[in-house]
Amino acid sequence: MTDLMTRPEIPAVTPRRVKLLKTEVSRRTAWILRAASVLVPLAAWWALSVSGLVEDTFLPSPPEVWTAGLEMAESGDLPADVLASLGRIGAGFGLAVLIAVPLGFAMGTLGWAQPLLEPVIGILRYLPASAFIPLLIIWVGIGEASKIALLVLGVVFFNTLMTADAVRQVPTRLLEVSAILGAGRGRVAARVVFPYALPGILDAMRVNAAAAWNFVVVAELIAATSGLGYRITRAQRFLQTDRIFAILIVIGLIGLTIDITLRLLRARVGRWAT
Amino acid sequence: MGDVTGLRLEGVAREYVPGQPVLDGIDLDIPPGEFVTVVGASGSGKSTLLCLIAGLARPTRGRVLLDGQEVLGPGPDRGMAFQTASLYPWRSVARNVAFGLEALGVPKAVRAERVAWLLEEVGLSRYASVLPGRLSGGQQQRVSIARALACQPRVLLLDEPFGALDVQTKEDMQLFIRQIWQDVGTTVVMVTHDVEEAVFLGQRVLVLSSDPGRISQDITVDLPEPRTLEVRRSAEFLALRARVEDLVRAEHRAHQARV
Ligand SMILES: Nc1ncnc2c1ncn2[C@@H]1O[C@H](COP(=O)(O)OP(=O)(O)O)[C@@H](O)[C@H]1O
Ligand SMILES: [Mg+2]
Repeated sequence: MTDLMTRPEIPAVTPRRVKLLKTEVSRRTAWILRAASVLVPLAAWWALSVSGLVEDTFLPSPPEVWTAGLEMAESGDLPADVLASLGRIGAGFGLAVLIAVPLGFAMGTLGWAQPLLEPVIGILRYLPASAFIPLLIIWVGIGEASKIALLVLGVVFFNTLMTADAVRQVPTRLLEVSAILGAGRGRVAARVVFPYALPGILDAMRVNAAAAWNFVVVAELIAATSGLGYRITRAQRFLQTDRIFAILIVIGLIGLTIDITLRLLRARVGRWAT
Repeated sequence: MGDVTGLRLEGVAREYVPGQPVLDGIDLDIPPGEFVTVVGASGSGKSTLLCLIAGLARPTRGRVLLDGQEVLGPGPDRGMAFQTASLYPWRSVARNVAFGLEALGVPKAVRAERVAWLLEEVGLSRYASVLPGRLSGGQQQRVSIARALACQPRVLLLDEPFGALDVQTKEDMQLFIRQIWQDVGTTVVMVTHDVEEAVFLGQRVLVLSSDPGRISQDITVDLPEPRTLEVRRSAEFLALRARVEDLVRAEHRAHQARV
């Protein structure tokens, strides 16, 4: 048969040098790039603010911001605001996690929980939490409750679905092995599924902690008498852009601290995965 | 029924799609302590057979009996190991082996003794406190087998346990599983697609046909015990291996002709 067919050939090609898409840099280069990532924008800001191109009220210089921040810190306002905001994220995000983790765990393991909960949560998570602010104020007033509720609404649905995903990653084979070894469902949930999914659950928490931190500030911009968001609206009233900048930097640094803490925790818990 | 010991399959069939049995009319008696190997083409239902014995799946027709008692679900009276070791990656080697004993509620001191003995038996005492990720494939498979044996199962089910190992490690593991079997005295049902392995290890080789899977041959292997590497080079062994290979090939050809 083969002799009846001519063998198709492709034109001769000269091999071309190709490179892998993913590239790596040395540790030293990585640190230099990390430093540049922060210092270059800072330098640009500094240059722009002293150049006289932009009015001081719109763009204060770094030293002015530093002084404004120091003032607020010394007056005791800033520490009190930081504590107020942290208290809210602790309560709101904590509550959201307490709801999301068991719910997600159920969705990832129980056959009926998935089809029952996935559609409704899938819809709810796309309703912007901020749009609930007026409703929340009508329902529970302008006190702490509405701020905590906003935080919970903002992250609980995403966190539930992401937890469910992490739980579903547990290989079926591992569940079978556990059953053959005589472990009942409770033991498998606590001793197999939970440890296996924990790094993924912490990843979900880290992503959602960032969202929660955003929602705290949003909640405080609307109706509050304390907190970093509230301090921003105050500063706006008196056109104190230097203070707004200082508060933004504090917000960023706290967010970064939360992120790093959860990252370290994740690395510790997930050591076996590496 | 109460006086029946060993593993027994009575008219077992299993369908995943109604009307299309993967296994059909399986009748099988395995006396306690026997080492049985099962060969057959891929897709002939070897894994399904083990799952039915393990209780991970229920037969569509027929029954699986262990010492006269019907198998209704998975349980620690049967141990199982798969091609992938499927260890708990966050648990140390010793704690992997201990998992079944914990589930059984065995007191800590007894547990520790039993785990130490098993690790000694599989030659991994040095690695007791190491995470499985640090071990080689062969070592992981040893842990997996030790874990399966921890609760003193009456039957050890092995689904192509050495299929992913390199040739040298595989040979070591074959001698190892034989040694373990002699020390522990449990029944072993081992699935493999490697005829050489099946004949070398089994006291009895079952050849599974395809579509539907049936036991087409039940061959008693009369090779000297213990099975050593010399046995493997003997004329008897080579002749038997050729015979089983021919049977498997004939099954395969017949199956090809039907589809
Ligand atoms: N859970 C399942 N659902 C549907 N079909 C299955 C399932 N498990 C196995 N099968 C089918 O049953 C047949 C036998 O599979 P298996 O027992 O894994 O064979 P083997 O282990 O001999 O390769 C295959 O055709 C496979 O596609
Ligand atoms: Mg298989």
